[in-house]
Amino acid sequence: MKYALFLGCTIPARSRNYELSARKVANELGIELVDVESFLCCGFPIKASDMKAAMLMGAYNLALAEESDLDICALCSSCTSALTEVAHQLAHDEAMKNEINAELARANLEYKKGVKVRHFARILYEEVGAEELKKHFTKSLEGLRVASHYGCHYIKPSEIYENFDQVEDPHTLDELISITGATVVNYANSKRCCGGPVLPVDEKLAMAVAKEKLDDVLAAGADAINLVCPFCSVMYDSNQKGIEAAFEKTYSIPVLYLPQILGIAMGFDRKELGLNLNIVKTKELLSKYYEPEE
Amino acid sequence: MADIDLSKADSGFRKELASQPGSEKLAACFTCRTCMASCPIGVVNSRFNPFRIIRMALYGLKEEVLASEFIWLCSSCYACQERCPQGVCITDFMTVLKNMALKEGHAPTGIRAQLDLVKGQGRIYPLDDFDNKKRNKIGLPSLPTSCEIIKELFPER
Repeated sequence: MKYALFLGCTIPARSRNYELSARKVANELGIELVDVESFLCCGFPIKASDMKAAMLMGAYNLALAEESDLDICALCSSCTSALTEVAHQLAHDEAMKNEINAELARANLEYKKGVKVRHFARILYEEVGAEELKKHFTKSLEGLRVASHYGCHYIKPSEIYENFDQVEDPHTLDELISITGATVVNYANSKRCCGGPVLPVDEKLAMAVAKEKLDDVLAAGADAINLVCPFCSVMYDSNQKGIEAAFEKTYSIPVLYLPQILGIAMGFDRKELGLNLNIVKTKELLSKYYEPEE
Repeated sequence: MADIDLSKADSGFRKELASQPGSEKLAACFTCRTCMASCPIGVVNSRFNPFRIIRMALYGLKEEVLASEFIWLCSSCYACQERCPQGVCITDFMTVLKNMALKEGHAPTGIRAQLDLVKGQGRIYPLDDFDNKKRNKIGLPSLPTSCEIIKELFPER
């Protein structure tokens, strides 16, 4: 299994714990992730302001992957949806493809047959599978109560994702978590958005949206949130302290990326998974899975 | 929120929208308000109501829709679009409105800043040597700190 690793903007700058743990888990599973230095922004952040430019950014990245004869593995859900959507549109609209290719020619690129875009979690679920994953686990995470936040763009819009998961009753992340021995926690309004895309427009509002989720997760008695998108992590992990201050509440809910959880079960140490880089401290929660440090 | 004032209606707006990708089926909206009930933003802020935005657009209230702050509160989560029984691509429609609003000079500063960053530097968080130092320290590879190709992609800038 070999993919071009698409990091996007947020992960290399702000979510190194996600990148680190994903690379570790991929390596353990024999998934080769190839770095393509010239990848740029996926286009998602500018779709609201300039759809055409967003599509050009998406097509630029797709064409680069195609040039290396690789499909794309993305870690960010927004990158995944932006790139998948462009690949979907260009596959179904020849005139649009010609128009975009005329622009890509300035960068000496051409998007031809098309490439496949996959979220890392989807690859783990569909291509690696539970049975193979289990073979790599050395620790059971029994006793860990995990609430999965699917977020929006990991599974939506459904028309571009071939229904690999069910939008109204998603299960892929819960299944991946449950094979570690951890307990899957169901909670109210689990499909609700993190509010991240509204952050540059109205910070207070974005925080209020994220607060709803933290309330629901807390009420369900989960120990930790599991997620697969750096935008969502900014809202729940990086901004959790700010939400606590603004709404005078205490959550202290650790927020873990899926490969961090799988990596614990695989026996990687804290630093190898970037757990020391998570904002809400994870040490106490994970103490029973690690020897006490010096 | 103030009442809708139909005296400002622009009858051409509906046609203008119908030609935009994602807005073709707008007129099929039969006001069931499933979008409103699904909206995560509406839960915390009643100012935002996708149902109302669709109605205002169909009435032709172009200037009011494009100048309103609430189109920017859509988080593009697709909850409404997935559930619309009439197949209206509501999220795509909101994106069309945001694009039109920007052209008319109504976009929030944060949105314009992101557009400038991506078209100018290729990333919303351009990387510097310090970022690479932090990356290398934990065993991650360095990434380019400058980008020339973006000038080819957006030569008009």
